[in-house]
Amino acid sequence: MPDSLPADSVGLVSPTLLSIDKPITLECGRELPHYELIYETYGTLNKAKSNAILICHALSGDHHAAGFHSIEDKKPGWWDSAIGPGKAIDTTNFFVVCLNNLGGCKGSTGPTSINPETNQPYGPDFPIVTVSDWVKSQTILADHLGITQWAAVVGGSLGGMQALQWAITYPERLRHVLLIATAPKLSAQNIAFNEVARTAIKSDPDFHDGYYAQYNTLPRQGLGLARMLGHITYLSDIAMGEKFGRELRTGILNYDYGVDFQVESYLRYQSSSFVERFDANTYLLMTKALDYFDPAQECGGDLAKTFAPIQAKALVMSFTSDWRFSPERSHEIVNALLSNGNNVTYAEIDAHQGHDAFLMPIPRYLEIMTTYMQRVAQECTEQ
Amino acid sequence: MSLRLDLQIISDWIPDGARVLDLGCDDGSLLKALQQRGVTGYGLEIDNSKFADCIKAGVNVIQADLDQGLPQFADQSFDFVILSQTLQAINHPDFLLEEIVRVGKQGIIGFPNFGHWQCRVQLALGGHMPISRTLPNAWFNTPNIHLCTVQDFENLCQSKAISILNRSIVNHAHKDTLGTRLLPNLFGQIALYQIKKS
Repeated sequence: MPDSLPADSVGLVSPTLLSIDKPITLECGRELPHYELIYETYGTLNKAKSNAILICHALSGDHHAAGFHSIEDKKPGWWDSAIGPGKAIDTTNFFVVCLNNLGGCKGSTGPTSINPETNQPYGPDFPIVTVSDWVKSQTILADHLGITQWAAVVGGSLGGMQALQWAITYPERLRHVLLIATAPKLSAQNIAFNEVARTAIKSDPDFHDGYYAQYNTLPRQGLGLARMLGHITYLSDIAMGEKFGRELRTGILNYDYGVDFQVESYLRYQSSSFVERFDANTYLLMTKALDYFDPAQECGGDLAKTFAPIQAKALVMSFTSDWRFSPERSHEIVNALLSNGNNVTYAEIDAHQGHDAFLMPIPRYLEIMTTYMQRVAQECTEQ
Repeated sequence: MSLRLDLQIISDWIPDGARVLDLGCDDGSLLKALQQRGVTGYGLEIDNSKFADCIKAGVNVIQADLDQGLPQFADQSFDFVILSQTLQAINHPDFLLEEIVRVGKQGIIGFPNFGHWQCRVQLALGGHMPISRTLPNAWFNTPNIHLCTVQDFENLCQSKAISILNRSIVNHAHKDTLGTRLLPNLFGQIALYQIKKS
């Protein structure tokens, strides 16, 4: 337990719950008559309301992006390396908003919420929400906060897809978009990984077709496997090699089928802690939202045409060892923006951490983001 | 801050409001200077160590490997494509030259002239690869893998049906002298060309 919080932390934070009674029609055709969104904010909204930054979270993220909920917390929010006073997304300049997406399991309405029609948790009956649905629900939050235009919408991975969708669907509502380790759509290989994860969850005997809450159980084995698989693909071969090598847990081979290597122990620990804090139905839903994202589909696959409405200036970043959202996928985004003549900056960060690099304090990455955000901050005062 | 002299010459060749692509834009200083005259466009750079400078200067910089050509850009989509002091470090300079005049209505190319008399003397009499102010590296650690002379460059342009619209061949202080005017391939250290597809 830390005696005091770090000086560059946003400090102790607490979430706010927004209850929305205006129905939202989802892309799948279904409607949620009522829903809640949980969010956190850091920093102060200026008088002109021109300094707001929206942070969009990735698959297993939530609204707690920075700071601590309690002095007892061992870890800060998931993107504390980038958000805080004096950090890349400097909370002395910006009013930072981060919400748990619809369909999540950390406080916004999702599969673990009570379905008013049945008085039971929605479970698998919760509608599949898409990236477009998320962005739509995020506009409701923006309206509630009185933010007509974000200084920037920022996201990595699945969060980057939301940021991209913002720039396409609501071009006047953001001045900058930061697209980090993301893609304009998933590749077949990516969808395949997601399908293995879903199969692991659904084939767990405790899954009960998604109604595990009614059976007072959790598909721990399946969700754990899904997380293990995900974790492997978010790291690189080099990163795992550096972290674990072939180090043995007890120094000797046991000649049984238990844990011999440190990497096995690490994966088991990661998966067992994950299953206690994350909902399996939400995991299924998030992977579907990833698979379905393909904004260019409406334009016959023509990404430049899809991006035609985009007005926001873009900073695109990728990481050399990221093989789930490889630099080539960022090139597709950048090339489409270039062919439209948009303002875009693109950096390919040398990093061995794989896809997870976007959450790491990599000096060059943070230097570029910091400098970019300083310009965004300058513009806010000019607004 | 004043521009490096070769960049100043290039800047003088570019009219206000032009759309440019700066290949190997380094810290973005040329584009920054050009922006003050309403020039827009992008800088391409393989090394991101000076990206913060580019961003500070408000320059759109794209990390890209010029050895891959310019496939991301459409034909004739820029008024000028600039390649300054980089041609000699490219794997396939002939291919990049074609790309430059494909993407740009005009190209501006600057390179160190390997035909300068000092280079010739060092090789002919000294028997070693030339080292000079414009070519400071030893043969084994130089990024300059495709050095050429003024004559070589002009021959390449001719063989690729590229016309030379303008040239400025100067000494290391970027001054033109009697020597650089009369015998540019012998007395010129820096060569700058304005070219287009014939």
